Formats: sequence, structure tokens, C-alpha cells
Amino acid sequence: MGQSLYTKVFDRHTVRRLPSGQYQLFMGLQMIHEVTSPQAFAMLRERGMKVLYPERNFATVDHIIPTSSQARPLIDSMAEEMMQELEKNCAEFGIRLFAPSKGEQGIVHVVGPEQGLTQPGMTICCGDSHTSTHGAFGAIAFGIGTSQVRDVLATQTMSMGKSKVRKIEINGKLRPGVYAKDVILYIIQQLGVKGGVGYAYEYAGEVFERMTMEERMTVCNMSIEGGARCGYINPDQTTYEYIKGRPYAPKGEAWDKAVAYWESMKSDADAHYDDVVVYNAADIEPVVTWGITPGQSIAVNAKIPSLKNFDTDEQELVKEAFEYMDFKEGQPIKGTKIDVAFLGSCTNGRISDFEAVVNQIKGKGFKVAPHVRAIAVPGSQSVKAECIRRGYDVVLREAGFEFREAGCSMCLAMNPDKLKGREISASSSNRNFKGRQGSPTGRTLLMSPVMVAAAAFTGEVTDARELFEIAETPAGV
Amino acid sequence: MEDYKRIHIKGTAIPVRGNDIDTDRIIPARFLKCVVFDGLGEHAFEDDRIGLKQKGQDHPFDQARFQNATVLLVNKNFGCGSSREHAPQSLVRWNKGIKAIIGESFAEIFFGNCISLGVPCVTVEEGTIQKLMDLAETHPNVEFHLDVEKKKLFVEGEEIAVTLADGPQSQFLTGRWDSTAELLTDLEAVSKTAGNLPYFHHWK
Ligand code: SF4
Repeated sequence: MGQSLYTKVFDRHTVRRLPSGQYQLFMGLQMIHEVTSPQAFAMLRERGMKVLYPERNFATVDHIIPTSSQARPLIDSMAEEMMQELEKNCAEFGIRLFAPSKGEQGIVHVVGPEQGLTQPGMTICCGDSHTSTHGAFGAIAFGIGTSQVRDVLATQTMSMGKSKVRKIEINGKLRPGVYAKDVILYIIQQLGVKGGVGYAYEYAGEVFERMTMEERMTVCNMSIEGGARCGYINPDQTTYEYIKGRPYAPKGEAWDKAVAYWESMKSDADAHYDDVVVYNAADIEPVVTWGITPGQSIAVNAKIPSLKNFDTDEQELVKEAFEYMDFKEGQPIKGTKIDVAFLGSCTNGRISDFEAVVNQIKGKGFKVAPHVRAIAVPGSQSVKAECIRRGYDVVLREAGFEFREAGCSMCLAMNPDKLKGREISASSSNRNFKGRQGSPTGRTLLMSPVMVAAAAFTGEVTDARELFEIAETPAGV
Repeated sequence: MEDYKRIHIKGTAIPVRGNDIDTDRIIPARFLKCVVFDGLGEHAFEDDRIGLKQKGQDHPFDQARFQNATVLLVNKNFGCGSSREHAPQSLVRWNKGIKAIIGESFAEIFFGNCISLGVPCVTVEEGTIQKLMDLAETHPNVEFHLDVEKKKLFVEGEEIAVTLADGPQSQFLTGRWDSTAELLTDLEAVSKTAGNLPYFHHWK
């Protein structure tokens, strides 16, 4: 029986079995950011250690950076302190920093792929749960804690258990107005936020094969929200075309060798999977979350389910969600008034996300509803530059969006972009946990960027297909 | 590695009820802007604590009777959400420091982060945790004794079996949860594995 990509990559990177029963796994790439690394560097310094392979580690700054202005010193003194700490650590330990002053900064999970660092058949880690994003390239990529960041800095390895592999296959064609974000929200809705615990997810089937790399990143990004520490898609021509020509991509003769290795790491046709689930693309509608976990979601035209539809051990959390969100069972989600619209994050802050929005609104005179604060935050400086080159910033501003500097921004609101009080946001980010967007009582509705834009204009949760007249193509076309 | 052994953990217990308590609730994201972990302890569960205060109630972390506790009792999927180690770091820095966690189940990354801080997370059945939580609430001074070697919890003369995988158990018993020291013991094997990866030498 053949092997999955997960097993092949895991085995190739295994240094040895540890007495604990776990494996010591070599990390091809570690991405570093300012929040989870300072303590790791401090621990190295305390122990007088160096970074074993500095050239396998790359840093950027994203979580705390203000998106109103990146001028130094940063307007937030704490952020400035963390920024300086990262600069100092990178200089001292010989690590390449993608700095704002060079136009290379952005969210770690946007920068890695953009630079061509993220490649198939690699192990990739970062002190951030959404590292699963990089799995879009056929890499085994997962989030780690600060102690493990220290381990990887000191040894370029970490200890890890082997996961089981679940293949999630979606065939058929997505309906117009249904995006990669809806696909992953649907998967999490079906399998639950704990469904993936102990598993790596392999996304397969026609839907993923047809997706662009950026769409694949959106899907893999949220694997962790379904409980799976990593999720991946086997590399193919789409993957290679995306990588080719990027700063850290292999070149010339090396390119052919690289492609040969990447091809060899793909899941075999007869690979063993511990579990397989199959869905039909046509069943997926635009999805909106109504609760406090990314699994608590429904199709935009559906009604919030009743308590009795849930397993007894889930009911407590559902009640908590109803209370926190101030929603009632049986209530439609459509028409829910929103206060804030947020376009951005490592899930949906790439050029194609802004493109999808701009394509729907350009020249149609849409204006953000007067009571809504709408912000668009590119995932990296290069995404921002590309938006400007294509004139998206003008379209978005004319429609009433603020167009900001690159960073995580309101995804977790460690910078000044925050919800206030009980505000509700329509957000293209990945987490709707209580208090996630900066206000301890603030509320988040996750949805695709196009749905966020629709909500911004009408001031309430809206079926973007109706507002933007996204027509169902007749069958067979 | 003697000081690092975690075999017997004794202390009073503090129950925090609820399933799926995520890392943002354990330590709200606004406290993550620290370059060192010191001082995180006092902010553990801060938003939940404020929320309850406004309703005229006290979170267990605010109740006088639990202030000396070192054993945390929780329900299902505790620590889900973020990979950030700030959550367990805030727990080990709260008052006397949480030294062990007993619950129905734990989120995977949180569990791993706790190992690297030397904090065993052990699991028991739903019915058992309810009883333990009730006991801690009615008798907050009762000593909980977790024996990592025997995988047993001793409380009020009763002996309760707890679940802990053998791998992590041996890490606590031998002190090998200090992962960096362990990983450094065979750097030759590391460079061999790395050298066999075609991308390591830039495809040369
Ligand atoms: S955008 Fe959000 S989820 Fe992504 S890395 Fe930043 S804070 Fe984390």
C-alpha cells in the first residue's frame, strides 16, 4: 500500500525516535514573529546557546504592528519595544528579517509563500497556530509554542507525535458566489472544531485541484480551527507555477531537481488514510458563523439551529454562544446588523481576496453604510503595493473602506484596531472566539471577503449573490 | 535532571467549569504584547473574571478559598484555540503556580505546551471530574496528591486512576520534559537527516 504525503514528509524528516515515544523531527523552515519569539531568544541567551541553522529561520513583524502608520518609533510604545527586541534578536543570532523599511514585511503566513520560502515536501513551523496555511504547497506545516520555538532555534528540530491522516475529498463544482472560505467553514461545520484532533487533513478532489494557490492557502489556514494541527494539498502544476521565479525559489538546474523531489513526495494513488470523508461541492453555500467557535456556522439563508439539534455535551457551549452573541434559535442570520467590516488577515488578506471584492463593486457606486466602520488591511506590504498598482485602493476608498498598512490588525486586535463594546463585526479572519477582536464583549461573524463587502454596504448580513447579482450559471455551461 | 523530575504533585485544587475554554479566555490576547512572561499570572482568565464580577459573581480565580491552589480541575477540550504558550505560562505564574491539571480532555497544542513547562495534564472520566470539582468547592482545603508514576490521584483516602500517555509520563518521571536538552543530545543525527534532504544544500 502506498503512502500519503504526510507520512513521506514526516519519515524523511525524522531524526530519531525519542525515549518519550515521540519523534525528533527536522524543520526545513521556521518562520518567526515578534509575539512568540522574544521569550525563546531570551531562553537561548540565558543558556548561552546559538541558533544552529540561522539560514533556515526567517522573521517578520505582523501581530502588533499598527496599520495606521508604520513610521518609527511605532505609535504604540509596547509594539515599538517588541519590534526592537525582534530586530536585536535577528541581528544577534544572524536571522534574516523581512522588515517594514524594506517593503518586505507582512503576516508570516503571507510572507513565507510570497518569498518562495514555502515549498512542497518540507516541514515548516512557526509560533502561530495558522502555520497550517503553508500546507497549501504540500508542506507539513504546523503551529508551535514558545518552548518549541526555542527548541527549533537551538536544534532545528522538535519532538512530535505522528498524526493520523484524514482525506477530505470534495468533488463537483462550487456554485457562483461560493469561495474557498466557505469551503473550509463548511468542512469545520460538518466535522466540528474538535473533529480534526489527532489528524492531519489532506484536502483532495476536483474542488481543490481547481483552486488557485491563494484559495488553497485560505483552506489550509483554517485547518487548525477544525482541530487538525496541519492540513495540506498535494503539489501540482498550480503549485510550481506559483513558486517559480520568487526570490527564494530554486532556479536553473536546481528547479528541475526540486520539481522531481516535490513530485516524489505526493500522496500515492493507493495511499493509506485513517479516515476518508467525501462532500459534494454543490451542497456548499456562502457560510456565516453565528457563535463563538468557527464551527458554529450556517449557510447565509439558513436559520440559527435550535438547541435540541445539538449533542447534549455541546449544548452548554451553544447556550453560551446564544447568550454572548445575543442570538436566538430559529433566528435568521441574514439581516443581522453589523458595526464593523474587516477585510484582511492571513486567511483572506491576499491580492486575490481584494481582487474578488473589487471585481464585484467596481463602477457600481456601492457605499459603506453610514453606521459601519469598514477597514481593508493587506496581508503584506507587497500585497498593498500590488493593490495600489491595480488601483484597488482607490476603488475601496471610494466605496468607503479605510485602506491600511499591512499587518494582522483586527484579526486579533493586538494593535489599535479593535471592536468597541458589544459591536458586531463581519470579518474575513479566522476566529470568532469571545473577545477575539479586542473588546471583551465584542462579537465576530466570520465569512468570505465578498460577503464582508456585501455586509459593509447594506449594514447587515447579506447574501452577496443577491446584492452583487452573482448569477447561477445554467447547468452545463 | 534531578530537579526536573515531576513525580508527586500535592496541593489543593481549584475548579474552572466549562467545556472548550480557549486560550483567549485563559489569557486575553491583549496581554500577549509582553517580551517576557513575568506578570502574566495575575491576568489569567481576566475577561471571564471581569464578566462574572459585573454579574455580581466571583470567578474561582478570584475566590479567597482557592488562592493557594496548585491543581487545576477542568472539563473538556481545555486550552483549545491558539498555539501561544502564554496561556499555560499565565497559569504557572498565577499565585502559587498551577503544577498539574486534571480534566476530561485537553487541546493538543496546549497539552504539549504544558509538557514543556513541566505541568502534567491528566484525564479522568466526566463523572469523576464532576465529583472532584464538587469536592474542591465544598472542601477547598482538601489535598490532592497526583502520583505521576502510578498514574493515580489520591484524595481523601480514595484512589482514582488517571490517564496519561506513557511518552509524556516518562518525560515527567525522568525530567526529560526539558525538551531542548533532550534534543541536543544527538546533533550528529540531526545533521545527517538534514544532509539527506535535497533542499538542505539548495539542491546541489
Ligand atoms: S492574521 Fe490573525 S490568525 Fe493570522 S497570524 Fe495574524 S493574528 Fe494570527
